[in-house]
Amino acid sequence: MKNKSDTVMGDPVISIDQVKKNFGGIKVLAGIDLTVYKGENLVVLGRSGSGKSVLIKIISGLLAQDSGKVRVLGEEVNRLSPERLQQLRLHVGFSFQNSALYDGMSVEENLQFPLVRNRRELSRKQVGEAVRQVLEDVGLPQTLHQMPAELSGGQKKRIGIARTLILKPDIMLYDEPTGGIDPITSVDINNLINKVKSQYNTTSIIITHDLTCARMTGDRVAILADGIIARQGGFDEVFDCDDPRIKGFYNYNFIRQP
Amino acid sequence: MDEEAYTGQEVPDEERKEPQEGNLTAFFSGVYTIHAFVLRFFRELFRPPFEGKEMIRQCFHVGYKSLAIITLTGFITGIVFTKQSRPSLSEFGATSWLPSLISIAVIRALAPLITALIAAGKIGSNIGAELGSMNVTEQIDAMEVSGTNPFKFLVVSRVLATTCMLPILMLYAAFVGLMGAYLNVHHNELTSFRSFFSDAFAKISFLDVFASVTKSIVYGFTIGIIGSFTGYRARQGTVGVGKAANSAVVISMFAIFIEEVVIVQIVNSIR
Repeated sequence: MKNKSDTVMGDPVISIDQVKKNFGGIKVLAGIDLTVYKGENLVVLGRSGSGKSVLIKIISGLLAQDSGKVRVLGEEVNRLSPERLQQLRLHVGFSFQNSALYDGMSVEENLQFPLVRNRRELSRKQVGEAVRQVLEDVGLPQTLHQMPAELSGGQKKRIGIARTLILKPDIMLYDEPTGGIDPITSVDINNLINKVKSQYNTTSIIITHDLTCARMTGDRVAILADGIIARQGGFDEVFDCDDPRIKGFYNYNFIRQP
Repeated sequence: MDEEAYTGQEVPDEERKEPQEGNLTAFFSGVYTIHAFVLRFFRELFRPPFEGKEMIRQCFHVGYKSLAIITLTGFITGIVFTKQSRPSLSEFGATSWLPSLISIAVIRALAPLITALIAAGKIGSNIGAELGSMNVTEQIDAMEVSGTNPFKFLVVSRVLATTCMLPILMLYAAFVGLMGAYLNVHHNELTSFRSFFSDAFAKISFLDVFASVTKSIVYGFTIGIIGSFTGYRARQGTVGVGKAANSAVVISMFAIFIEEVVIVQIVNSIR
């Protein structure tokens, strides 16, 4: 498997095989087939309501599919015991659309939270160092003692990413990383996603409808339309078609080269 | 959930709209769901790792932060009950019975019930709103995907805190109520502190105190579990959070009154 830069990618780390999901009478996912390879940033593009977040939550085990298989790091997610799923999740970081920072805790406490619970062997000093390091990595060392309500939207996004990075996951799942923030800050987030990939050696799925984010971060792009992966490949390759669902998506987006 | 409920929101909530069931079916479905929630509480309670620090923090929230309102309410209850009882006892020349009457009323009934009702309003609504807000903003999901058991951290700690702190608050409310009563009696009859409390406790048995503490433990558990249940299942954004807070109070109060009747029947059959 090769990405847009013709760099050879590694083994599959996520395999999605004919995954279907309905909510009542509505078919949200109608048979998704998708593979994510080690070391790549895969962008899943789709309109609002197309099922992108549903897909990413099925991958992380927050939702269960109606049928089909999802394998993450070789394990079939919906067959795992709660304890085994908890163990698997330590290898999968999830950056939420609204950051999902814990309101009642400071930035420091937010970052410490997963670490003290999952790495009990670490001393207080080691936890403090890990927190400071990850804040440096996302460029926000000054926010250590601030509360989430005091942060801007972009800062919250970055702290949310930092909180997932602190466990050094193998896989990162980003749900609309540039959603609700201005274009300039979006570029910072996109650059951070690429920095995370190179510095932490992660494999990522980025769920978005922001074409700038897709172009800047994606090694490969998959278009989700009508409940299936309609097309996948490099950014330019994916939009080089006459499918109105895909062409329309491109034409109604404004892309500015950063 | 039917088609109408999926409005294209990115993650349609499969539990957002209750299925179109009859009232009886919905009732039993609700009973089953809360039963499963309670069973899960007991499973998680005895399974390590234990969130001791969080439980202590919640005990502080539940206990210390309720002291002011419990003090005020308990004190006023004692004074008002004394004032209201005096005229009736005066008719029979039995005002010397006031300390005993007040202590029986306060310790057996008023302190546990009033403490529980205040706790349902203050603490129950707080738990429902807090967990509901965390739920609709995906904070609970965030805990889950970070390898933490959110049920243990959020629910078990809160339910344990309310269960442990309510008896302590009740005993404090009873003491404050009796102090209010004493001040009123002393103001009218110049009764000494020692005399008042000696008369007050003369008619109180171990069973009275034990029953009141037991009631408070049951009420505390009820308030914690119902507040957590409504909050943990909140949906539909801010509307859902409001509903969770409101439901936590209303259902808790209803349950407390039912439990009061049941426990009083049991205690009277033993007495």
